[in-house]
Amino acid sequence: MILASTLTTNLAILVLAGFIGFVVISKVPNTLHTPLMSGTNAIHGIVLLGGLLLLGLAGLDAFSKALLVIAVAFGTINVIGGFLVTDRMLEMFKSKPKPPRVDDGDGGSDAGSGDGRRDEGRRA
Amino acid sequence: MIAANPLATSVLQSEDFIYVLYIIAFALFIQGLRGLAGPTTAVRGNRTAAVGMAIAVIATLLNPGEGNWGLIALGIALGVAVGVPAARQVKMTAMPQMVALFNGVGGGAVALLSWVEFRHSGSTYGSHTAHLGAELPGGLTLQTGASIQIGGVPTYVAIFSVFAAIVGSISFWGSNIAFGKLQEIIPGRPISFGSAQQAVNMVLLVLALAAGVDLIAGAHSELLFIGMLIVAALLGNAVVLPIGGADMPVVISLLNAFTGLSAAATGMALNNPALIVAGMIVGASGTILTNLMATAMNRSIPAIVAGGFGGGGAVAGAQGAGEHAGTVRSTSAADAAIQLAYAGRVVVVPGYGMAVAQAQHAVRELTKELEARQVEVSYAIHPVAGRMPGHMNVLLAEADVPYDQLREMDDANPEFLRTDVSLVIGANDVTNPAAKNTPSSPIYGMPILEVADSRSVIVIKRSMNPGFAGIENELYFDPKTSMLFGDAKSAVSEITAELAQI
Repeated sequence: MILASTLTTNLAILVLAGFIGFVVISKVPNTLHTPLMSGTNAIHGIVLLGGLLLLGLAGLDAFSKALLVIAVAFGTINVIGGFLVTDRMLEMFKSKPKPPRVDDGDGGSDAGSGDGRRDEGRRA
Repeated sequence: MIAANPLATSVLQSEDFIYVLYIIAFALFIQGLRGLAGPTTAVRGNRTAAVGMAIAVIATLLNPGEGNWGLIALGIALGVAVGVPAARQVKMTAMPQMVALFNGVGGGAVALLSWVEFRHSGSTYGSHTAHLGAELPGGLTLQTGASIQIGGVPTYVAIFSVFAAIVGSISFWGSNIAFGKLQEIIPGRPISFGSAQQAVNMVLLVLALAAGVDLIAGAHSELLFIGMLIVAALLGNAVVLPIGGADMPVVISLLNAFTGLSAAATGMALNNPALIVAGMIVGASGTILTNLMATAMNRSIPAIVAGGFGGGGAVAGAQGAGEHAGTVRSTSAADAAIQLAYAGRVVVVPGYGMAVAQAQHAVRELTKELEARQVEVSYAIHPVAGRMPGHMNVLLAEADVPYDQLREMDDANPEFLRTDVSLVIGANDVTNPAAKNTPSSPIYGMPILEVADSRSVIVIKRSMNPGFAGIENELYFDPKTSMLFGDAKSAVSEITAELAQI
């Protein structure tokens, strides 16, 4: 009984999480495909938790410990590397200190209006 | 027990508190992903998800059964030492393979966890009255030495664990191959066993599944488990090796979804809701994303995975293309500058060559110069230009190209008809008219940027070497095309310099 309810509760969580995943990513502009892939990639680094839990157990032999240290290292690379790389990819969407404004002086009105239009594009 | 931890009985370590932290982490993951789907919210979205991850990690470390702190610290330190510099130093052009690599280690972690799980409780698989010490189903309440469960692990734990092992191993090796191909350690063109490919894949899959079923049914053999991991590894290699480089983004996305699913399966086996939720969200959203990418290339996921480019006809097509008749016209920077200066409308078509040469700033300089001469400039971005969707947008935005000058393929194509000069910078396969005109071509059916419709075309390219798909581009033999050979950055700079003198 207890085991069955653990399984069914977890299955319910599994199914609902699946639906959330489908819904959240329904409409994404092409531009964001790569950062989004990278971001979800970082999130499945959650396997790190599995490594932490298992490594926390007593009674592991040395070989299991070695495997788990590697698993934890892998998970950490996945998480930290994933989020950092995504952050770098999103450089373009960060609000910059507006270097183009400085260009306005020599770049003429062209650059200025171009920049203005881009801001509108971002807001839309 | 961990005597070093004085909070052992405090509220911080209660199962409910840990669970609440997990719930907060889920909310942040979901909010973060929603943010990542929109340009104005993407940066914050990514950071939100990262905060969620930090909370989930802390919650896990609060777990009362937690021990082996030295080893945990060692593992994390190793991961940080490798991951941080890799993510910081990778060039923008190498981002896609970096994603593949990070995805791969995630899959590898899953496979290793399953292995340890098997070593730990595999002896109870397939039996309900066997050994003690099957702590795993009680993942959240692991009490060292205290969690004695009668009856071993339930069968479903074994099933999910074996599933995670197989998928994790496939993902690890598949991602490594994808990395190798994108990094050009392994040739980008399809490598396969030819017609036997499908059969080989099938046999490997059946072997892996048979081993898995045997293990679940109670074959208490670690050797068999290792054998299963190896067969799954071979399968990962065999599936990704035959796939042409051009399809690699879709493959990485698919493997990303796989790793998510395997993480969710690990969560089911360990009874850890954080793994279930995060893994499944990635599995589902990754599948959607894979589909979006495949649609953008007019490729179906089964066709890609089934191996090679376009299946049976691929080999003939790739060989036939080598002996192309026709002449190639090459031009100079000065001529190109004149052509551009007197054009009314110029469309820049960037590709991987621009990314490799880091030419985006030079391109921006050139287009500024053209704009100053009242030339109307826009950029046509193929959904998979470069190595991944969005690759070009990232680079161009870095060079401060106005957002509204970037056109996606469907908007750009009708405009080529009224374009005077298309300036193709390091793009190849995505402009190949063979995709439209030559049914025997391996890339037939892939949507392309129809640059051949414009009045003239200038192609900046290092050499006549074929592109990533390994096939010739008919565009280069078109009479209205002229080729400017050279590194994208220096060629563009030269044109700009010539332009200034006109």
